[in-house]
Amino acid sequence: MLKINNLHVKLEEEDKQILKGVDLEVPAGKVHAIMGPNGSGKSTLSYVLSGRDGYEVTAGDATLDGEELLDMEPEERAAAGLFLAFQYPVEIPGVGNMTFLRTAVNAQRKARGEEEMSAADFLKFIRAKAKDLKIDADMLKRPVNVGFSGGEKKRNEILQMAMLEPKMCILDETDSGLDVDAMKLVSEGVNALRDEGRAFLVITHYQRLLDHIKPDVVHIMAAGRIVKSGGPELALEVENNGYADILAEIDA
Amino acid sequence: MAGLDELNVKEGVEEETVEAVKSLAGTYKYGWETEIEMEYAPKGVNPDIVRLISEKNDEPEWMTEWRLEAFARWEKLDEPSWALLNYPEIDFQDQYYYARPKSMEEKPKSLDEVDPKLLATYEKLGIPLKEQMILAGVEGAEDMPAEGRKVAVDAVFDSVSVGTTFQAELKKAGVIFCSISEAIKEHPELVKKYLGSVVPVSDNYYATLNSAVFSDGSFVYIPPNTRCPMELSTYFRINAENTGQFERTLIIADKGSYVSYLEGCTAPQRDTAQLHAAVVEIIIEEDAEVKYSTVQNWFPGDEEGKGGIYNFVTKRADCRGDRSKVMWTQVETGSAVTWKYPSCILRGAESQGEFYSIAITNNYQQADTGTKMVHLGRDTKSRIVSKGISAGKAQNTYRGLVSMHPKAKNSRNYTQCDSLLIGDKCGAHTVPYIEVKNNSSRVEHEATTSKVDEEQMFYCRQRGMDEEEAVALIVNGFAKEVLQALPMEFAMEAQQLVAISLEGSVG
Ligand SMILES: Nc1ncnc2c1ncn2[C@@H]1O[C@H](COP(=O)(O)OP(=O)(O)OP(=O)(O)O)[C@@H](O)[C@H]1O
Ligand SMILES: [Mg+2]
Repeated sequence: MLKINNLHVKLEEEDKQILKGVDLEVPAGKVHAIMGPNGSGKSTLSYVLSGRDGYEVTAGDATLDGEELLDMEPEERAAAGLFLAFQYPVEIPGVGNMTFLRTAVNAQRKARGEEEMSAADFLKFIRAKAKDLKIDADMLKRPVNVGFSGGEKKRNEILQMAMLEPKMCILDETDSGLDVDAMKLVSEGVNALRDEGRAFLVITHYQRLLDHIKPDVVHIMAAGRIVKSGGPELALEVENNGYADILAEIDA
Repeated sequence: MAGLDELNVKEGVEEETVEAVKSLAGTYKYGWETEIEMEYAPKGVNPDIVRLISEKNDEPEWMTEWRLEAFARWEKLDEPSWALLNYPEIDFQDQYYYARPKSMEEKPKSLDEVDPKLLATYEKLGIPLKEQMILAGVEGAEDMPAEGRKVAVDAVFDSVSVGTTFQAELKKAGVIFCSISEAIKEHPELVKKYLGSVVPVSDNYYATLNSAVFSDGSFVYIPPNTRCPMELSTYFRINAENTGQFERTLIIADKGSYVSYLEGCTAPQRDTAQLHAAVVEIIIEEDAEVKYSTVQNWFPGDEEGKGGIYNFVTKRADCRGDRSKVMWTQVETGSAVTWKYPSCILRGAESQGEFYSIAITNNYQQADTGTKMVHLGRDTKSRIVSKGISAGKAQNTYRGLVSMHPKAKNSRNYTQCDSLLIGDKCGAHTVPYIEVKNNSSRVEHEATTSKVDEEQMFYCRQRGMDEEEAVALIVNGFAKEVLQALPMEFAMEAQQLVAISLEGSVG
């Protein structure tokens, strides 16, 4: 599904290299997790994949189902099935959450040459999804993320993901700021979407989330590269010992 | 979950906004012209032209005199230059002051005598002239329930009114809604009493010119304790080339009455600038309330700034009676140059004035707009919410005056003035004037200027919207408070306009 090959990225404005040769492959139906120290480039990777401005790709490439991702506009990547749950979801004053989602759903459908979703179907769909995530009607009416608590924002990201039904889901620290119950809700939301045609890349600092969303592979990112990959036990190792051992092992 | 169902209606509206952007692909939607035989008065303005206009309208002597006095006054005035506007000098003698469709030579008695081409024009503009059904000979169409809400329409084409709908039904309620030329003949006592009583002939350069040469416009009278049974609306269309449109609107809400009035405007796309100088006067008696909403969509000129309408408008409401109330809501998306300050004179005790405005300027458009709240009576209240949006190389100025007179004890004003910039070649300016002449009144002013946020744009695009959809969505959100103040039908139109007028502003 997602193939990243030797990806090098620097900041557009500064002479600062952030990603220094990322290689990663996430096959359809799998859940991969990325862990790594603060500032190692995890969010940068997710932004570059989804097409945010401000970065320059100096080498390497990335494909989604064989399609060259890095040449596409952000909205084309979205329509191709790439979704990013933001580490810091953005507030949009005055724009109802529902309006936002409906515009997004239909924009993607149109881009794919599909029929728009009728108002009635949309409403039925969003109510069901919102109920699963315990998001009440009031939150759907309120402006996008404005005045939402940290945890509400994260749940809202998962609601969007559920509505848009992307192929490739990148979750950037969706677990941070969630209380225990919300973590369960969000994990259930993600697990409900797991299927053979869909892949996940879950960025997290905590093993806790991975207890709920069982990863197939765990990668460790440090200084702009994937330095180690392994099974779920790798997350446990990080949880218990931190990154020091792993990094030392690599340096050696 | 009833709340959600209700919401769905509104959500659908914004959905249409995006639809509209897609389907219109960047051009002014109303830029076509109707090929129709016109009758013009010679170019230029002088006492003979003034007399001719009066004569064409079959006016009584007092009206002709009134116009001539105004003209004499205008000749001695200089065009004002204090606004933050920059446009080539207007040659007032190089304009036609009177143009009307030939088919209107004999005033039609009812809409079925109106040239079908004119009606087709209005249909193309999406005006709910339900009477088109009556025209087509549908028996009893007048009594049939209209789809959605009923709106009575007065349609003004270049210089003359071509017809007013729902007259019979309004008459039953005692409401008078007709063209001003008709009112001058049929209701001279009302016109004499109120015309020029809010915007005096001497008010300002453009208003004085309008008083001399206005050709038509709408007249509304709501009798005491009457709630107007439907929304009233006037559509102005400038069609003829090099023609100024000078309409005059007079609205009188007698004691305890209520009316909601809508005004819409469009013009063909031409590369020469056209002049529009309207005057609107509203008189509001004790316990009466008037809502006046405008969606102004005159041709704004092309991307290089050629052509477009020069819009110099004087609009004023006089809250004469105690506890009277007026609400101005305007969506200004069109015109090359806009000079417009709908104002409220809060004379009656406890009277209230509200002003909600969205002004969008793109490309080379310039707008200098705002309001005046003149507090004369005790315990008067006013509220101003202004949302200015600039894109391209456009300039947008909010100019507002809040004045608390010595007798306006315990009065309040709240002003909120927000500007949004798209790109870095446009400008936004806020010029508040505040005068408080008593010590029990309070004036609050808040102003913000912001840019369309990159993070918001990226968030929208990551979810699948293209740049234009994203900007339209963000701007509609920014202007939400004002859009909500509009009647439903207008709110839809306005949201679409927001999207259309920002075409090409990103990327
Ligand atoms: N626009 C920018 N300007 C300057 N530095 C930047 C910018 N974007 C990223 N960086 C730097 O790049 C590095 C990687 O940042 P990134 O946000 O990708 O880290 P991260 O792995 O997601 O960290 P965290 O775990 O704290 O979320 C950091 O040192 C950060 O300061
Ligand atoms: Mg991060």
